[in-house]
Amino acid sequence: MTTTPVMLGLPAMPPHAPDGVGNLRGEERFPVAARRALADTQLRRNLGKATTTIRTKRAQVVAELPDWEELREAGRQLKVHTMAHLPDYLAQLESAVSARGGVVHWARDAAEANAQVIDLVRGKGADEVVKVKSMATQEIGLNEALEAVGIAAIETDLAELIVQLGHDKPSHILVPAIHRNRAEIREIFLREMGDVDPALSDEPTALAGAARQHLRRKFLSAKVAISGANFGVAETGTLAVVESEGNGRMCLTLPETLITIMGIEKLVPRWQDLEVFLQLLPRSSTGERMNPYTSMWTGVTPGDGPQEFHLILLDNGRTAVLSDAEGRDALNCIRCSACLNVCPVYERTGGHAYGSVYPGPIGAILSPQLTGIEDNASLPFASSLCGACYDVCPVKINIPEILVHLRAEHTETYAEEHRVPSAEASAMGAAAWVMSDPKRWTLVLRSGRLGRVLGRKRDAIGEVPLPLAKQWTDARDFARPPKQTFRDWWAAEHRSER
Amino acid sequence: MRTALFITCLADGLFPDVGKATVRLLERLGQVVEFPAEQTCCGQMHVNTGYQKQTLTLVERFVKVFTPYDAIVAPSGSCVGSVRHQHAMIAKRFGSPGLLEQVEAVAAKTYELSEFLVDVLGVTDVGAYFPHRVTYHPTCHSLRMLRVGDKPITLLRAVNGLELVELPAADQCCGFGGTFAIKNADTSTAMLADKMRNVLDTGAEICTAGDSSCLMHIGGGLSRIRAGARTLHLAQILAATREDSVL
Repeated sequence: MTTTPVMLGLPAMPPHAPDGVGNLRGEERFPVAARRALADTQLRRNLGKATTTIRTKRAQVVAELPDWEELREAGRQLKVHTMAHLPDYLAQLESAVSARGGVVHWARDAAEANAQVIDLVRGKGADEVVKVKSMATQEIGLNEALEAVGIAAIETDLAELIVQLGHDKPSHILVPAIHRNRAEIREIFLREMGDVDPALSDEPTALAGAARQHLRRKFLSAKVAISGANFGVAETGTLAVVESEGNGRMCLTLPETLITIMGIEKLVPRWQDLEVFLQLLPRSSTGERMNPYTSMWTGVTPGDGPQEFHLILLDNGRTAVLSDAEGRDALNCIRCSACLNVCPVYERTGGHAYGSVYPGPIGAILSPQLTGIEDNASLPFASSLCGACYDVCPVKINIPEILVHLRAEHTETYAEEHRVPSAEASAMGAAAWVMSDPKRWTLVLRSGRLGRVLGRKRDAIGEVPLPLAKQWTDARDFARPPKQTFRDWWAAEHRSER
Repeated sequence: MRTALFITCLADGLFPDVGKATVRLLERLGQVVEFPAEQTCCGQMHVNTGYQKQTLTLVERFVKVFTPYDAIVAPSGSCVGSVRHQHAMIAKRFGSPGLLEQVEAVAAKTYELSEFLVDVLGVTDVGAYFPHRVTYHPTCHSLRMLRVGDKPITLLRAVNGLELVELPAADQCCGFGGTFAIKNADTSTAMLADKMRNVLDTGAEICTAGDSSCLMHIGGGLSRIRAGARTLHLAQILAATREDSVL
């Protein structure tokens, strides 16, 4: 952990998301966790099938819109503008929500947000809450915090329910149980729901029916609901939740008290701006032209819906992200998951390997920035930089560029914190030194002789027991180095001309 | 027009035949190709691994070596992508005033081979002869950074004797990714396994592409499993003629 000196008159670096609370840090480095995931053939099959289906659907519905690129650009500009004026819009949102009878709370981090929720739920005398699917509450570990004080949090999104009943973790932003197939889901329901007909089939409609029966009882009994928000409109104080099942709407309308936890970056300035995002989001996320349920609410409406509304505005490292000019576009994310669905790394490792609740390409740039780079240092390297994520991002976040930026931030932070350079840094430094001088470079290029000996048997180099080389030759032969480099060939060819 | 070949460090040291083929092809098309021997590397490996500061001298060298030419052509989408997109970033962050402008001027006249052939020379039939079944893998940086589109395919279609078969899931990354192939060797290998399956499904003898790096990865995998298919750079296919076959 590093301490930043505070200069008089200069603001300190905004804090990162604290350790010890929430779900932004994994227990293992990505390559280690990925290795285990890659060996899980069922997981590989489930993920391959699901991501291929979603990305095909997305490509089809995106192709229908002649102005898709203009929409993406509009989405990007709206987000960039909002981030540049975030303090003003947040204050505007607070006034608008308050004016309509809502109560606004500010949470510096996960611990504060969890404490606020616990206080509010206890104030209502409730020991059970129903939850709308929300990434923010996953991020801060709200369910665990509630459970620790004896409050049961019931996930009502079908996939979140599967994850919760399976004592599992979500592995996708939008499809948290994407790593499960229907046979596994049936097994979880039979084992955990308690009130399920043992003859339950693994047909999707039967599984959904079982979940519906289970959940309806909870909707009617719960006094408090907890949600996240897809958008908050500064101008009107309106919050929006976009979903497919309608379970979210049950939570948002039936209980007496509604508590919404929203990351401060979820703002849009005007009501009209939703027109852009409500076109971008469903097509990018589920590959639908329009999502089935869009719920919007503004403060409290007497006699209709929850009569008490609390909005918790969550920072948890977001201001720190905002302070990095080269990384801040990560905050523009609208959590559509299109980048996960096209990512060749995510498709093979799944979300758990990333350790954080935000997996895939967006997670690889968001998690390390929220926690501070060294707490998630392996994530920016968990990408081949193929660029598929950037192509599909509905708000045009240049994910590969931010990955490269964060890689540099890691190596530079490491160098500052360690007096002895890493082996890699030494090698890279040596390579740059050699390559900065053509004479040195020519000599090094010619020195592939060892490789020629190694590869003499079949013109290729098989397994080499050297640590770094082994990472290559475990699965790939190495080409036998040529007798002559290109530059030596060229020099020989053109000698007569000199 | 003064045309310089930017060989790339990988082709220079490991795949000189790619460079020789590029020269042979361009000369056959009437170009005078120069090879400035002061060139080294574009620095992409350094930038992508997180060593930006160390890249500055390489960017400065690239600018100094190639500024005098009217066109710079390289047999690599990835290295040209680095010149176009990463050199400016390095110049902005670490360079002396004025470097950015020079970097942008050089980047604007640096071309990947298929771009140079189709866009600059205006050729789609390069007069090649290559009687083999071939599939084309569009490398990620050619596809998404440079947007070369179907230029390589157009060039391959015009090759005499060549039977071009479409690669399923062609736009999927092969899993190379520079130091990613080492740092995340298991994931890289899993991606490679799917790419190889798709290549073998086509029944092609040759998988071609515009980048020696991705081909080194795919070819290394095919060689390891004795697949009976191999890789060959686009330049080598386009350079092949009835008189001068490359195989």
